[in-house]
Amino acid sequence: MRRYLLPEYIVERDDLKCTRCKICVEQCTYGVHNYNAIKNMIESRSELCVDCLRCVLFCPVNAITVRRNPNVYKENYHWTYEFITSIKRQADTGSALLSGMGCDKQNLTYWDKLLLNACQVTNPPIDPIREPIEIRTYLGGKPKMLEFEFNDEDITLGTKLGPCLCAETPILFAAMSYGALNLNVHEALARAAVDCGTYFNCGEGGLHPSLYKYSDHTIVQVASGRFGVDLKYLSVGAAIEIKIGQGAKPGIGGHLPGEKVSDDIAMVRMIPAGTDAISPAPHHDIYSIEDLRQLIYALKETVEYTKPVAVKIAAVHNSAAIASGIVRAGADIIVLDGVRGATGAAPKAIRDNVGIPIELAVASVDQRLRDEGVRDEVSLIASGGIRSSADVVKAVALGADAVYIGTAALIAMGCTLCQKCYTGKCPWGIATTDPEISKRLNPEDAYKRVVNLVKAWSIEIKEMLGAMGMDAIESLRGNREQLRGVGLTDRELEILGVKMAGE
Amino acid sequence: MNDIHGCVKRFEVDRAIIDAKGMHYFELNALLRELSADGIRDVEVYNVYGQRYIGTGLKTPLNIRIYGVPGNDLGAFMDGQRIFVYGNAQDGCGNTMNDGLIIVHGDSGDVAGYGMRGGKIFVKGDAGFRVGVHMKEYGGKRPTIIIGGNVGDFLGEYMSGGIILVLNLSRKEGGGKRSMKFVGVGMHGGTIYIRGEVVHVAKEARVVETDEHDLRLISELVRDFSTCFSLGMSIDEIMSNEFVKVVPASSRPYGKLYG
Ligand code: SF4
Ligand code: SF4
Repeated sequence: MRRYLLPEYIVERDDLKCTRCKICVEQCTYGVHNYNAIKNMIESRSELCVDCLRCVLFCPVNAITVRRNPNVYKENYHWTYEFITSIKRQADTGSALLSGMGCDKQNLTYWDKLLLNACQVTNPPIDPIREPIEIRTYLGGKPKMLEFEFNDEDITLGTKLGPCLCAETPILFAAMSYGALNLNVHEALARAAVDCGTYFNCGEGGLHPSLYKYSDHTIVQVASGRFGVDLKYLSVGAAIEIKIGQGAKPGIGGHLPGEKVSDDIAMVRMIPAGTDAISPAPHHDIYSIEDLRQLIYALKETVEYTKPVAVKIAAVHNSAAIASGIVRAGADIIVLDGVRGATGAAPKAIRDNVGIPIELAVASVDQRLRDEGVRDEVSLIASGGIRSSADVVKAVALGADAVYIGTAALIAMGCTLCQKCYTGKCPWGIATTDPEISKRLNPEDAYKRVVNLVKAWSIEIKEMLGAMGMDAIESLRGNREQLRGVGLTDRELEILGVKMAGE
Repeated sequence: MNDIHGCVKRFEVDRAIIDAKGMHYFELNALLRELSADGIRDVEVYNVYGQRYIGTGLKTPLNIRIYGVPGNDLGAFMDGQRIFVYGNAQDGCGNTMNDGLIIVHGDSGDVAGYGMRGGKIFVKGDAGFRVGVHMKEYGGKRPTIIIGGNVGDFLGEYMSGGIILVLNLSRKEGGGKRSMKFVGVGMHGGTIYIRGEVVHVAKEARVVETDEHDLRLISELVRDFSTCFSLGMSIDEIMSNEFVKVVPASSRPYGKLYG
């Protein structure tokens, strides 16, 4: 059958500049560029291009331009290019569409409609260069009150504190599995977590033995497939996260196709090589808050109550009620993953249409837990599409204790958001387990880039706190008085718990 | 004999008895961990009334004999210990178990052996729904579940490795027979053997004939099983019935779903 798809991008080459070095031919994992020896020319098959820009960046003479195909369908607000293309593709294959990374639709980002406060005249700002600003964040349940014992001179803490994670910055690395990513990426994230005094989450595919040395900075995940989960795995992590759902595909499980299950991945997941690794949508033992409690306490028993247990859910319509149940189930940390949350592969229909923005979810969960007087019993991590230090600060002001970043860390390593992670041919050597392509990611470089990003954001967070006259991020948590909204309806402002700018 | 906590008696160097009456699971499991770290290798626990997670998180070998009804998630994440239950087990026994043995002299509840990767679960009586769900195997590890009676629906759901054997030895006259629908739903690895007939197999699984190799394996499993219980039936008698073998239709059930 002839395919009816327009090439999405056009690849152009300045033949006068081109030295025929063939770097673009080697760099493209999609086979766009080919050298024609007879003509002594590089030819490009535009229809294969995914706009990853690898060749553009690697061409030593800047001879390549990739641009959107100017041939468009007749303008139609309803039948957009995307819908027409999707239909044509599905008519070709009869398959559900997959996509990589997070939802890219308009109107689901509230960060840009929220503005931060700063001190003027009546309350002086703090200069972070000369005064310490505390951004260390403890994640886990906190006692409502502290009791002290006084014996003569000595004062000791009487309250028994539960286990907490101590992050030097409120930025952690989100769960991304070995299998979706290669070991170089995991190693870079793990090392960056150690350097930044924060945590990396190994995701649901187990933890490679070579990374056990970073386990003090590792959060281990337990998902429905229970891949790689054994006593040792649970015991080495700094915390355990139960994955119920993720923002990119709420209500959907995970599926690592058999061809990606190499010997090494099979070893870490503890399954035979070449078989599909299926994480079903539900945990087979969790159908209620009581059941969730059962798993939380099974894990707590296993590690003898020495580590916090987190529960990660996708932000959905009734997140606030669910979160309230999760607190009752005994979780120490709740992770809320919003509609922008990314993944290696998600059904496109789910990715773009299921779940709610993280900003609204954080605000409503924080409010609900406060109203019920249980906010102290858990920490809240916001996740899904955090793009900048300002997003972090706004998330904290809305009620989060910390954030997870995934996409941002990958962008720091080279990702250009081409959304083709599910093909396994990531040209930047990130979302691929192909041994040859994986070599493109130098773990040393990648680690440094991620450390730089977290350092830069941490400085900016301190600057924004200082501007608001705060010397500790604690003072900002849930402090929505520091936020104002623009371009929002009354109802939106009400749910976010913020006033209109100017008020 | 040595009284330790009031509820624990230590006799001989490596054996102890616990009276679990009125004890919270928190306390009971902490005691088990303490005793096993202290060199106890055999422990009998009496008056068990639903305490959860027994056998979880233990790091040294231990034989636990349970008199009563242990609660959910018996032996969850267990790594090599052996549990003998003189009574019924509840839901989730052997959850994500890595190695070890769970022998239940009565019936067991739902989701026995969820995500189990190694070791054995033998249940003399019946078991509930979703037995062996997402059971897997890896390297030298091949978990085995044997159910003496019959089981509920969704046997071997999402199964990706290991062996399940259902013997259908009806304990009571005419009683306890269940529908056993959707055998092997989502199955993509492993093998299920059922003595007698199987009425309803899910579309991801298919029934194949047993060969000599299968029958040899089954009779070894039955021999193992019969050393644990008095079955009132000889191995030959059990083996004289037909066995059905259920295997996955494909190791890639979701291979063609996405384009
Ligand atoms: S990388 Fe640039 S210079 Fe080299 S062959 Fe490709 S287009 Fe020509
Ligand atoms: S990780 Fe790789 S494949 Fe995925 S969006 Fe980024 S560059 Fe593209």
